[in-house]
Amino acid sequence: MANVTLRNVRKTYPGGFEAIKGVDVDVGDGQFCVLVGPSGCGKSTLLRMVAGLETVTGGEIDIGGRIVNQIEPADRDIAMVFQNYALYPHMSVYNNMAYGLRNRGMAEAEIKTRVEEAARVLELSSMLERKPRQLSGGQRQRVAMGRAIVRQPKVFLFDEPLSNLDAKLRIAMRVEIRKLQRRLNTTSIYVTHDQLEAMTLADILVVMNGGQVEQIGNPLAIYEKPATTFVASFIGAPPMNLMSTRPEEIRSQLAGSNAADAGILGIRPEDFVITDQTPDGGVALPLTVEAIERVGAETFVYGSREQEEQRVAATPGELPPGEIIVRIPGTEAPAIGAKIRVAAVRQKLHLFSGDGRTRLEA
Amino acid sequence: MVEDEGIRRYVAHFILWIGIAIVAFPVYIAIVASTQDNALIANGQMSLLPGGHFFETYYQTIFVGTSGSTREPVGNMMLNSLVMALLIAVGKIAISIISAYAIVYFRFPLRMPIFWIIFITLMLPVEVRIYPTYKIVADLHMLDSYAGLALPLIASATATLLFRQFFMTVPDELLEASRIDGAGPLRFFWDTLLPLSRTNMAALFVILFILGWNQYLWPLLITTRDDMQTIQVGIRKMITTTDALTEWPIVMATAVLAMLPPVFVVVVMQKLFVRGLVETEK
Repeated sequence: MANVTLRNVRKTYPGGFEAIKGVDVDVGDGQFCVLVGPSGCGKSTLLRMVAGLETVTGGEIDIGGRIVNQIEPADRDIAMVFQNYALYPHMSVYNNMAYGLRNRGMAEAEIKTRVEEAARVLELSSMLERKPRQLSGGQRQRVAMGRAIVRQPKVFLFDEPLSNLDAKLRIAMRVEIRKLQRRLNTTSIYVTHDQLEAMTLADILVVMNGGQVEQIGNPLAIYEKPATTFVASFIGAPPMNLMSTRPEEIRSQLAGSNAADAGILGIRPEDFVITDQTPDGGVALPLTVEAIERVGAETFVYGSREQEEQRVAATPGELPPGEIIVRIPGTEAPAIGAKIRVAAVRQKLHLFSGDGRTRLEA
Repeated sequence: MVEDEGIRRYVAHFILWIGIAIVAFPVYIAIVASTQDNALIANGQMSLLPGGHFFETYYQTIFVGTSGSTREPVGNMMLNSLVMALLIAVGKIAISIISAYAIVYFRFPLRMPIFWIIFITLMLPVEVRIYPTYKIVADLHMLDSYAGLALPLIASATATLLFRQFFMTVPDELLEASRIDGAGPLRFFWDTLLPLSRTNMAALFVILFILGWNQYLWPLLITTRDDMQTIQVGIRKMITTTDALTEWPIVMATAVLAMLPPVFVVVVMQKLFVRGLVETEK
């Protein structure tokens, strides 16, 4: 049981590359913290710094009231689950879990109790004598979890533990990890690039980009009030529609004190409705339907606006400017090529400064 | 089409049998010759069927040796060869796995230059550095000793390189998991790296044992006493007799005996050997 506090943590590689540019995070006792961000944002590096596998070049890492910057990984009282599981291929499942305990000189009887208890929880009891190569991906994953659990550490660290599993198993394991963490009530830090995993698992969500923290908070709070355009487009699928407020068409519809300062307007796909009316204080846009995606319970309408450069690409690989996604329930949808009008109410508008770095209250 | 396949198969098998015959015939001749009377062989009237002197010849070969001046029981030569081959194989594996471990897993000053120096020694086999090596061994008073036979051949760039390549395929996460599990460098080496290298070590052992067993030039130089002779040198000495008839049955029996240990090693370790060469599961 422990808090994990990162104070102005920095990582500069010998070549001068700054991977982490000063991160402050405070994870409370028993909380589940998820670090999320695109690849190369430094989230794995940060986790490995907490684990002690990477040196800290600036700031402090505090686990349970102890500064661990100079402490060996084995002595930090942490356990880590790796993306490729990193099970010892030549050892049985039992020995994989027992190895760390034996190295600490624990009595064999106590090891047996702990391993068997972990195996029972993870439904591995019948596989204790098998070698990792005789197990399926999901079972290997559970052995890796077991290896972490038996240690009864202060902190669990997860480095994209589900990304090697197929989609269905991933969801099942996600739920299992959450349940297990709740029951053990162990402080956890979890790294993922999957925003859905991040949203569903986190007590505290840390959205990272380019070695910096973009936003920290409760996942739903982040979803409802993204602090920057990066967070707005990263959290939520499909991403938030972002558009410039410069065109007269939009500027004229925006009211309120901050409208004049706003450079970027964001509206989530599900906040649009297809309607001919314009809600009071809201925004309405005429669209030409370009494509329709029906996924059963909901339908995505891809439309284009007449004017160019209305949409601001927040990150590379985003939708082309001018394209708007609208999410509507059911399978009813306008025909492709149809001219429609979509609108969002004022409460659902997100306003950002022109550089996308600051959120303004609408 | 089917018939065509059949004919092709017969042709293929026929060619393979020819190949086998070419390889096996000299071995057969050696075995047959070792069971015949020396006078018949020397006359050139050797039969292609086994003769009746099997036990007699092999008894004499192993326990007595030839009647010439360098008379030495082949059993003793085999022991010398065996000790040398084992020392070389085990020594090479031990030294190179440790040096590969240092080069792959530790960051120390001049790491890459040291690796390259080891690598460059590939270009300096014993034959090339034979004089300085002999001088060193002589100065260390290791002539006519097992140490002198084995030590100069133990340092091995090839094996170091092989282990280095293998270690580099071991995922880094395994080392990291070990570190978190509280295993220091020695524990990681002993508990994880060594067991994972088992098949590689077996494959290497087979190759190095045969290499050591077949050494000729170095043992010839370094040993002067008959009781330190290795079997490869012994065979050669048996053939060159100045004023007597070469005792061909004994020479052939020695040759046959010289083949046995490598064959034994290959057969016993074949499974591990093949797995060591093809294994991909890490």
